[in-house]
Amino acid sequence: MNRALSATLTLLLLAVALPADARVQIEHWTTQSGVRAYFVETRALPIVDVSIEFAAGSAYDPRERAGLGQLTLALLKGGSARFSEAEMDRRIADAGAELRDSFDLDRAGFALRTLSSEAERKLAVDTLADMLQSPRFASEVFEREKARAIANAAEAETQPDHIAEKRLYALMYPSHPYGTTATPATLATISREDVERHYRARYRAAGAAVTIVGDLSIDAARALAEQLTARLAPGGEAALPPALPATGETVRVAHPSAQSHVLLGEAALTRDDPDYFPLLIGNYILGGGGFVSRLMTEVRSKHGLAYSVYSYFYPYAQRGPFQVGLQTRRDQANEALKRVQDVIAEFMARGPTEAELKAAKQSLVGGFPLRIDTNRKLLEQLAVIGFYKLPLDWLETYPARLEAVTLDQIRSAFARHIAPEKLAVVVVGAAE
Amino acid sequence: MDSRPLAAILAVFALASVAQAEPRELTLANGLRLVVKEDHRAPTVVQQVWYRAGSMDESPGTTGVAHVLEHMMFKGTRRVGPEEFSRLVAGAGGRDNAFTSSDYTVYHEQVHRDRLPFVMRLEADRMANLMIRPAEFAREIKVVMEERRLSTEDQPRALLDETLLATAFSAHPYKWPTIGWMQDLQNMTWKDARSWYQSWYAPNNATVVVVGDVDPEQVIAWAKRYYGPLARKPIPARKPQSEPAQRGLKRAILKAPAELPYVRFGYKAPVLRDPAKDWEPFAIALLVKVLGGNDAARLNQILVRERRIATSAGAEYELLSRGPGMVFLSAAAAQGHAGGELESALREVVAHVAAEGISPEELQRAKVQLLAQLVYRRDSFFAQAMEIGELESSGLSFRDADLIPERFKSITVEQVKSVAAKYLVDDGLTVAALDPQPLARSAPARAAPASVH
Repeated sequence: MNRALSATLTLLLLAVALPADARVQIEHWTTQSGVRAYFVETRALPIVDVSIEFAAGSAYDPRERAGLGQLTLALLKGGSARFSEAEMDRRIADAGAELRDSFDLDRAGFALRTLSSEAERKLAVDTLADMLQSPRFASEVFEREKARAIANAAEAETQPDHIAEKRLYALMYPSHPYGTTATPATLATISREDVERHYRARYRAAGAAVTIVGDLSIDAARALAEQLTARLAPGGEAALPPALPATGETVRVAHPSAQSHVLLGEAALTRDDPDYFPLLIGNYILGGGGFVSRLMTEVRSKHGLAYSVYSYFYPYAQRGPFQVGLQTRRDQANEALKRVQDVIAEFMARGPTEAELKAAKQSLVGGFPLRIDTNRKLLEQLAVIGFYKLPLDWLETYPARLEAVTLDQIRSAFARHIAPEKLAVVVVGAAE
Repeated sequence: MDSRPLAAILAVFALASVAQAEPRELTLANGLRLVVKEDHRAPTVVQQVWYRAGSMDESPGTTGVAHVLEHMMFKGTRRVGPEEFSRLVAGAGGRDNAFTSSDYTVYHEQVHRDRLPFVMRLEADRMANLMIRPAEFAREIKVVMEERRLSTEDQPRALLDETLLATAFSAHPYKWPTIGWMQDLQNMTWKDARSWYQSWYAPNNATVVVVGDVDPEQVIAWAKRYYGPLARKPIPARKPQSEPAQRGLKRAILKAPAELPYVRFGYKAPVLRDPAKDWEPFAIALLVKVLGGNDAARLNQILVRERRIATSAGAEYELLSRGPGMVFLSAAAAQGHAGGELESALREVVAHVAAEGISPEELQRAKVQLLAQLVYRRDSFFAQAMEIGELESSGLSFRDADLIPERFKSITVEQVKSVAAKYLVDDGLTVAALDPQPLARSAPARAAPASVH
């Protein structure tokens, strides 16, 4: 008890003595097998957060076997050379750890949260290391997970939000892998051998990034990163074709839902685009800024047409979507769509005002500390920096780069990235 | 397995909880409660204002008014214009929002520590000076109806949950949804919202929780300056409205467009009232972890992994609430399996645990999970403020947070078995089953009648 108490007091003093605004000190190295590794030491809580991601998102699925990537990720938890599936489940639970899948168009991987105490951390990390590097892909687990994936896809196909998103992506990316969505039919074609092949092709070192935040030393972090990656094969670099602009079609799908789901979008922004900051600020003003955006003011506050209305840029390795969305009573869909299109047209024509720019900067620059005020948020930021090879001073320079954005930069960046006539439109609900 | 991992985790937990300054508390002369917790890990702070008024304080005919008022709280005061509240917080680099539950309504801001007095002044202003303008109300009630369509009417599983509660409770207000019945929203007036505000929004019905990089003395001084001048008000008497003991299984079936059958169980169960004496709620929370807390838990292992009749299965229980408690179990069918199969399997799992109990390994795993989650909560100022607010609003004290880990630790396998046998019984059970309807056969939901005032 005494020992614990004095350790506690030391921790407390440390926590108070550190300057609270201290910049984030990122350690970066490459593991023996060639995986990029990132580490931030934070000692105030007995927690370690780990993220590991591979260039194995849905964009790497063959079109006719859409869903392969997500199924492969799920099956990594289905048993390894050393542990059965049930043993893995128990080991993670016994450590008090939490293991989450992360999966999007570009990335596939896991986020592990564990206590930093030696025994618990070892139990959890040993399990994850085995999952990643010696999966078993047992056929009975494969058959079960495939059936689950098919059932969940069939369920999703009855839901208007899923239908709308699936149709929008197909319109935004007619000939690019970002446009494909798993269906019961594509999942049904997948074999166990496909999964093994996909794992061997994509779960490799060069496209991967491992990120660690928390209560451990740099030496322990290095050892942890080695343990997770030492047995990975070389290669596996991210490699996707460029996404070309689409034609901007409109699709309406009948659905018995109480609301029509309205989505607009087009391929717009890559992670490394120099227009990132002008577009971020411009979009805050247009539809990203919570309750204060133009879309929110027009559609929700003035006309009561929707609970949620938004726009966002989601940057990916290739041009990720600029997407606008809302849901409204099914007979109001056309009115709401018209109002959204008018707001976008006005914004494209004249851009934001000086006052809007000032308010957006106050919010985004002033709100920057909120983006990294927990270990988990820091891990997520760092994982993006690592996977997309953003500069290590990305977080440090972020506020200044926002501050430097001008009205002209916003207008010209929007003109370069958004063509309103090329925005695909999907309405699910009322069919006319 | 030996007991080392649990001992180690408890040591870690003790460390994590002691490594923080004890929160400061104060009740102002006007009855407002303030709890301040220092945490200097980041230069930010969260303020949450908890009003002890939720949908359980509503009456039939005006269900949903607590939540509608929450929306109206962003529509301005004598000093702050409509929508200006969020604009001011955003301009200060902050984030704001609010939520309403059956038990309370909570408003919150996250800001850099320097902007805390600013958001305290804003919250104090709308605690006493809200303007409910009829034109603003007429627009906002439409937004709330859209919210209901989005979150409930078009979500078969949410609709099933609503159906389950409406069936399980006959007398207690938990029988109506927090978002309100659509007809009540259609017939609500600005005067209903105003009367709700006048009844419940008062310093003596509020708890302000502040967690973050602050000096508690300074926060107390600001609280006195901003909240101190507000006048105490008489709060309406709260009638008990207890739920009579359930005497037999209840059942509901819901037809909605979906693919997979889905079943949800609700068992009546106690919640925590006296953390020093009650043991059953802790045993129930651990039981629920054993049943559905993680991938290693029984429902997933048996229904999803072994029998393969479900695509997912889980269990939930809230230790804290103002009203009666429930243990929920749920399962979604795998293709080719009917809701009836899920129901039988859920009952078998429950009957087995009531008859045979759980293993020491399972109990230990559940304890480790619960205690680790208490440690993880410390990563977020917001989550820490939630813990304080939930305890205070459920009639307990934030100080009970120190007691709870020890109480969990004391629970035995025999106690878990006994709560399973006592509460997971048919007489206290409500079963709600989703009967999936093909899209093609489903008529569009009828447009709402035009009776909005």
